Amino acid sequence: MAGDTLTQAEYINHHLTNLTYGRFEDGHWGFAHNADDIAEMGVMAFNVDSLGWSIFLGAIFFFLFRGVAKKASSGVPGKMQSVVELAVTFVDDNVKSMFHHKNKMVAPMALTILVWVFFMNFMDLIAIDLLPLLAQKFGQYALGMDPHHVYFKVVPTTDPNITLGMAACVFLLILYYSLTQKGPVGFFKELSMHPFSSNNMVLQVFFMPINLVLELVNLIAKPVSLGLRLFGNLYAGEMIFILIALMYGGGFIIAMFGGALQIIWALFHILIISLQAFIFMVLTIVYMSMAYDTGEDH
Amino acid sequence: MNFNLTFIGQMIAFAVFIYLTMKFIWPPIMEAIAERQKQIEDGLAQADRAKRDLELAQESATDQLREAKDEAAGIIDAANKRATQIIDEAKESAREEGDRILNAAQAEIEQEFNRAKEELRSKLAELSVAGAEKILESSVDQNAHSDMLNKLAAQL
Repeated sequence: MAGDTLTQAEYINHHLTNLTYGRFEDGHWGFAHNADDIAEMGVMAFNVDSLGWSIFLGAIFFFLFRGVAKKASSGVPGKMQSVVELAVTFVDDNVKSMFHHKNKMVAPMALTILVWVFFMNFMDLIAIDLLPLLAQKFGQYALGMDPHHVYFKVVPTTDPNITLGMAACVFLLILYYSLTQKGPVGFFKELSMHPFSSNNMVLQVFFMPINLVLELVNLIAKPVSLGLRLFGNLYAGEMIFILIALMYGGGFIIAMFGGALQIIWALFHILIISLQAFIFMVLTIVYMSMAYDTGEDH
Repeated sequence: MNFNLTFIGQMIAFAVFIYLTMKFIWPPIMEAIAERQKQIEDGLAQADRAKRDLELAQESATDQLREAKDEAAGIIDAANKRATQIIDEAKESAREEGDRILNAAQAEIEQEFNRAKEELRSKLAELSVAGAEKILESSVDQNAHSDMLNKLAAQL
């Protein structure tokens, strides 16, 4: 628990605030001490905790898989190689069943998403106060900071910057492949000729702006829903962990009950984190496939 | 929960990790998997081939066995036939030899018998003449009665 000095609302808020490093209004860069500081920084700031964990977990993914890839042999695989190959073949099967074009990037991207997002989601299963508490102690004793100012969110996917950042990358790829595969004209046609179309030229011209609005919304909705789905699921899961953790402050019986709930929710959450990682990967593959598909019925 | 540079940072990190995976992770692992699949495929094909070879070998072995058996049976048949033939021949020659010996013996016996008969016959004529001479105590004309006596002797 975060100490007696915190009210429940403060405890929750503390858990939901990022460790932010950014530019203050007077132009100097530094860590934000509270929500006002964060508001003052606005866009010119980094969420050091979520971005740091994100990159750290990505690096774990990379070195784990790179270690296997370097030693990968066609002989009898070791345990680690078996696990890695399981993930790789799983992704490969999925990509092959959904994406029928030649592209060297989609499958590795799908693997990156699956494992990385899974790792990031997995941080949700680590005891909710453990890492923030360690960070707090570290900040307090090693860096001489006020412990109440050490914010530390460990689950990167509960930060919409992270999920939407990835979704934005996917969106850029959708645009890129749509333009290169269909050509600018083909892409424009796809956006303006559906869902309403007519053989009558005048009517078609009338329909075009309507189609364009509908299809653009459709297009924008893809990355937004992709990012927000992951964020929403993980944020809600994190929130429930926090709320359950509040019960630890309510006497022995309630604390025990909270402990049991924590375990039950964690078990259930295992499903969610894997499923969300999988869904993010599958949707990315599907969007890539849609960007590639030309001249098909919509 | 406000948007800030983290968004851009994550986009860059994502792009970098995609690139790293594409460059350093995906190809070697896929290569290893493909190679292993090929090895397994080859192994299975080889096993199939070996099985087929074994079947063929077994077939030819049974063929050869059958041929050998047939041949052996033929040889035994021929040998049996030859044996009976030899026995038959032996029997035949034995019978012939026996017949020959028998015939020779019979011929000799007959010869002996005839000779004895001749001798007896000639002796009987003399004996009869001498007997008759003694009975009649008279000289009998040898010439006058020799015909009759010869006739008598011929009847014996």
